[in-house]
Amino acid sequence: MAILAAEEAHNPLIPPLGEIVVGLIAFAIVYFVFAKFVAPRFEQIYRARREAIEGGIERAEAMQAEAKAALEQYRSQLAEARNEAAQIRDQARAEGQQIIEELRAQAQQESARIVARGEEQLASARQQIVNELRGQIGTLAVDLAGRVVGESLADDVRRRGTVDRFLAELDDMAAESNR
Amino acid sequence: MTSSAFALADVLAAEGGGDSGFQSPTIAEFYPEPLASFSLLGIDFEITRITIIMWIATAAIIALLVAAVRKPQIVPGKLQYLGESGYSVVRDGMARDVIGPKGLPFAPFLGALFFFILANNAMSIIPFAQISPNSKFAIPLVLAVITWILYNYVGIREQGVGRYFKDAAIPPGVPAAALILVTPIELLQVFLIRPFTLAVRLFANMFAGHMLLVVFSLGATYLLFVGNFSVIFAPFSFLMAVIMTFFEILVIVLQAYVFTVLTATYLAGSVEPAH
Repeated sequence: MAILAAEEAHNPLIPPLGEIVVGLIAFAIVYFVFAKFVAPRFEQIYRARREAIEGGIERAEAMQAEAKAALEQYRSQLAEARNEAAQIRDQARAEGQQIIEELRAQAQQESARIVARGEEQLASARQQIVNELRGQIGTLAVDLAGRVVGESLADDVRRRGTVDRFLAELDDMAAESNR
Repeated sequence: MTSSAFALADVLAAEGGGDSGFQSPTIAEFYPEPLASFSLLGIDFEITRITIIMWIATAAIIALLVAAVRKPQIVPGKLQYLGESGYSVVRDGMARDVIGPKGLPFAPFLGALFFFILANNAMSIIPFAQISPNSKFAIPLVLAVITWILYNYVGIREQGVGRYFKDAAIPPGVPAAALILVTPIELLQVFLIRPFTLAVRLFANMFAGHMLLVVFSLGATYLLFVGNFSVIFAPFSFLMAVIMTFFEILVIVLQAYVFTVLTATYLAGSVEPAH
């Protein structure tokens, strides 16, 4: 039992210097590797992840803003289109009104013109008839007077003047009675 | 052969002898025979299996951490996720939240501390190792002394020598009469008790954890081979060994966390003057 003899000398709270040195070296190595390589990598990962998340949020915000802008644009375009349509409608209505007015005026003008021409024709026809009647009445009256007097007055110029005078007196009388 | 194996031989020998009874494991557990020993610059070095276990733990944690960050990705793989989770506990939970806005520069130190302790603690339940290098006082002592040097250095750098020692000796807001009691306690606490408790807490936890596991494992073996009705108790001892192993997992993580968070707390006191 050599071990039992040896262990009497051991005090667990007084470590041999060799163990302390070895422990120090081991921890120093772990610390060195950790501080120089592992921890910076972890920091790098955390940073990259944070950036990725924040970048994602930023991208989403940008997309949202873009969508909003597109919606605004669409809405304004729609309103513009509606405005334009209303304008066109109003204009068309006004134009239609104007066309109707024009047509009406034209028709009235036309009808007035037709009526005037009719009146004119009527007046000229009347004048012609009056002139014809005047001739015929003269002839008839001369014939009648010749027959009554017994002589032909037909081609006597002087008698024509008498007839004309008589007719003019008749016209005057008619005009006076009409007055 | 490990010292546990010697103890196991003792147990089996006791079963043969009949009169010596159960030989409980002794402190020799923590002093396995050196595989090699040499002297350098007047310092005696002994390479034991615990030394080798410590180097395996050191190499393993370095390899794991380097592998975790070798190909960093925004969407982490399993190993990277594991490493990130561990480091963010230290970086965010301790350096940032405990120390404060000036704490982030200490994150690499706290991270190295946490992972180094965790790896060494974990060796206490890794098959074939099953002893933590932290159950030797040397490593917890080294870590506690480094912490002690660091927080005193930071305190002096941030607050100035006079202010730092004055605040340590005479805490603000304490009535003058109470200073007779408070000043020696505070000075002892900051400059002696803090590093000592830091080291002993970790060491004693790993030491006791290993002892418990060995006692219940050897006990199960002893009861199994004792050759009388005690055999029926062997499964209970074995079950206890299993339960204590799970308990040990908790202790492994908890002690690594506690050591680091206390270091962060001391650093916080140094970075910002006491209120």
